[in-house]
Amino acid sequence: MKSGDEIIMTHKILIFAADMAYRALDQAGLLHAHYSPNTVIFRIPCATLIRPDLIVYALKNGFDAVFVASSGPDCPFLGEKCVSIVSKRIEKAYELLDKEGIERERLVVSGVCSTCVETLVNTLERIENFLQSRG
Amino acid sequence: MRERVGVYVCHCGGNISDYVDVKKVVEAVKDLPNVAVARDFIFMCSDAGQDLIKEDIKNLNLDGVVVASCSPHLHEKTFRDAAALAGLNPYLVEHVCIREHCSWVHSDDPEAATQKAIWIVKSAIAKVSLADELQPIRLEMKPEAIVVGGGIAGMRCAIDLAKAGIKVHLIEKKPFLGGRAAQIFKLYPSGKTGSDLVKELVDELKRYPNIHVYTNAEIVEASGALGDFKVKIVVKPRYVKEGVSKEEIRRAVECCPVEVLDEFNYGLTNRKAIYVRESSYPEEAVIDMDHCIKCNECGIADFEQKEETYELRGSMIILATGAKPYEPKEGEFSYGIYDHVITLPVFDRLLAVCDGKLEYEGKEIKDIAFIYCVGSRTEEHEYCSRYCCVATLNAALGALEKFGKLRVYHIYRDIRAYGKYETYYEKVGEEGMLFIKYDPEDPPVVERKGDKLIVKVRDLLTGGEELEVPVDLVVLSVGMVVEEAEIFNMLRVPFSRDGFLQEVHPKLKPVETAIGGVLIAGTCQFPKDTVETTASASAAVGRAETYLVKGYAELEPFIAEVDPEKCDGCSVCVEECPAGAIRIENGKAVINEALCKGCGACGALCPTEAINLKGYKYEQFRAMIDILKEA
Repeated sequence: MKSGDEIIMTHKILIFAADMAYRALDQAGLLHAHYSPNTVIFRIPCATLIRPDLIVYALKNGFDAVFVASSGPDCPFLGEKCVSIVSKRIEKAYELLDKEGIERERLVVSGVCSTCVETLVNTLERIENFLQSRG
Repeated sequence: MRERVGVYVCHCGGNISDYVDVKKVVEAVKDLPNVAVARDFIFMCSDAGQDLIKEDIKNLNLDGVVVASCSPHLHEKTFRDAAALAGLNPYLVEHVCIREHCSWVHSDDPEAATQKAIWIVKSAIAKVSLADELQPIRLEMKPEAIVVGGGIAGMRCAIDLAKAGIKVHLIEKKPFLGGRAAQIFKLYPSGKTGSDLVKELVDELKRYPNIHVYTNAEIVEASGALGDFKVKIVVKPRYVKEGVSKEEIRRAVECCPVEVLDEFNYGLTNRKAIYVRESSYPEEAVIDMDHCIKCNECGIADFEQKEETYELRGSMIILATGAKPYEPKEGEFSYGIYDHVITLPVFDRLLAVCDGKLEYEGKEIKDIAFIYCVGSRTEEHEYCSRYCCVATLNAALGALEKFGKLRVYHIYRDIRAYGKYETYYEKVGEEGMLFIKYDPEDPPVVERKGDKLIVKVRDLLTGGEELEVPVDLVVLSVGMVVEEAEIFNMLRVPFSRDGFLQEVHPKLKPVETAIGGVLIAGTCQFPKDTVETTASASAAVGRAETYLVKGYAELEPFIAEVDPEKCDGCSVCVEECPAGAIRIENGKAVINEALCKGCGACGALCPTEAINLKGYKYEQFRAMIDILKEA
């Protein structure tokens, strides 16, 4: 659904924000940090939930990049275990991306703790730079 | 499929609407096929805002609600409760954030912020359209809490919790309770000494057998979550035999041949290697092993004592770890260069230990200059510590009262003697003390001339006149900085820009941190005086009691569920589940709801997508992606 005077943005980044990363996004707001507005945030409890095919689905249906912002080792559900399980998911997603001919750079994963505002901002800047380089 | 969704976009009084065109957001979604109504409102969290939702649920027969406002960590529960009061299942409310995640971070680009808000709201509509009715899960809470820090905040917390029948573990790293407040010469407004206040708290604390005090204790591990925190501590030995009488302790201290500078008095006096703290707790001696020569002249030493490790459990944790005085840099107002430039906390102890006449480093003090705002409102520490103005005025009055005939100069930037403490400011003037206002761009300079210190300052009150103020003592009114503690990182508690621990919201959740079940009390949150410290401690306990006295907490119902129609019993989910919460029964996966943590890991690799996390179904995510495809 597109309304007449909608603003056209050049690209869209989907952020899957796990519990701690979501809090970091809150913290970024409190600190009035700035990052790319070409972002949509989907709140999830833990990044281990993400189906690799869901990432491909997003990239084939309008999103230019997916940022899986996991809670890293601070995950309130799985702690340290979260990191290796998320890596497994991402590996699987890369395989699917390769099959579909989608650049791996369009999927970025990072552990973001509740205070990791800098990680968040820097990662988004990196994604933004990549997308801009692709035009 | 929800067919009648109500959408509510909040202005947050301008916090959102100054950057996000909220009318445009409403316009962009109001004609979506399953949206029954879309509105914007000045404050959705206000009673009027909530009423708007409740009325629409009843009058328009809404079957789903989207609220776009602040972070769901602040008001998700508010809106869910409002919906429940109007008869809608609370989990059919989707709260999304267009303030912290949008207006505040994209204030430099209102158009883009508006577009992002539209995306966020549309995705929420898609999500709620496929939402199910859910029921919360009940979590039992044992009436047991852990308080970290044995200063006045921690002691107040322990006492208030114990009064409510809650078992408390009070952990203090120093050998005695009392913290820094014990060092204050004269408290305002009560006029008592800091140690008087500590003694009152100790007397009260001793009445409650359900308070377990661990002094000399170091926290080595902290983990867990609301309802079940685990804190491992190592208690260092006191090296003193157990069960010795007060008289034996007194004699032991007298006999000890080792004298060292007493840190409690900032080295203004000495103490023995074996010592006690009057008016504190425990009423036992401790041996300072850094200085003890193991002569055992005291006769009560036990050098065989070993460290002891305890694993404490609590349903909640209150952090009351305090703050410390700002330590001026070498040369800052000549601190560290001239002996007679000291900080306010040292001056406080000087007032306490001097008798008859005020002396420092062998010199009688007749003139004092207080320099305000040292380490506050600077590039390094932008905040105002606030308590220090009144504390300085009060210390000056205390000095005059105890020693009389002092010439006192208050060299200040601004005086913030707020509330009823204005009378202290007035009294200082009435006593003939002089105020000199300095410009922070041109701060005072402290030099030595003969046996006097000279404070050179341009006085803004007399049109910038250059003054040279000769004094015997310069007292730097220093602010507070947070006292760091290992447990902050162990629990991952967020910090504010000023380095103190951060509450979720200054008005809505003033004593709660982003980590569920971890509360804050006292000056670890921001600089406070003793009155505010005590009040915040009681506030934290009040919040803790809402869980601990009730005996349970209601948790979100977001756990895994299996669609038996789709499940083929392949057991991939059993392998993926990190909690061991899934088993295969009669060829189908079955969830143990008590064990499921709600991470959703089980569903990620299911070949038939038979397993989903309640509230976060994969079909919802696809719908959220689909709705934004063209946007």
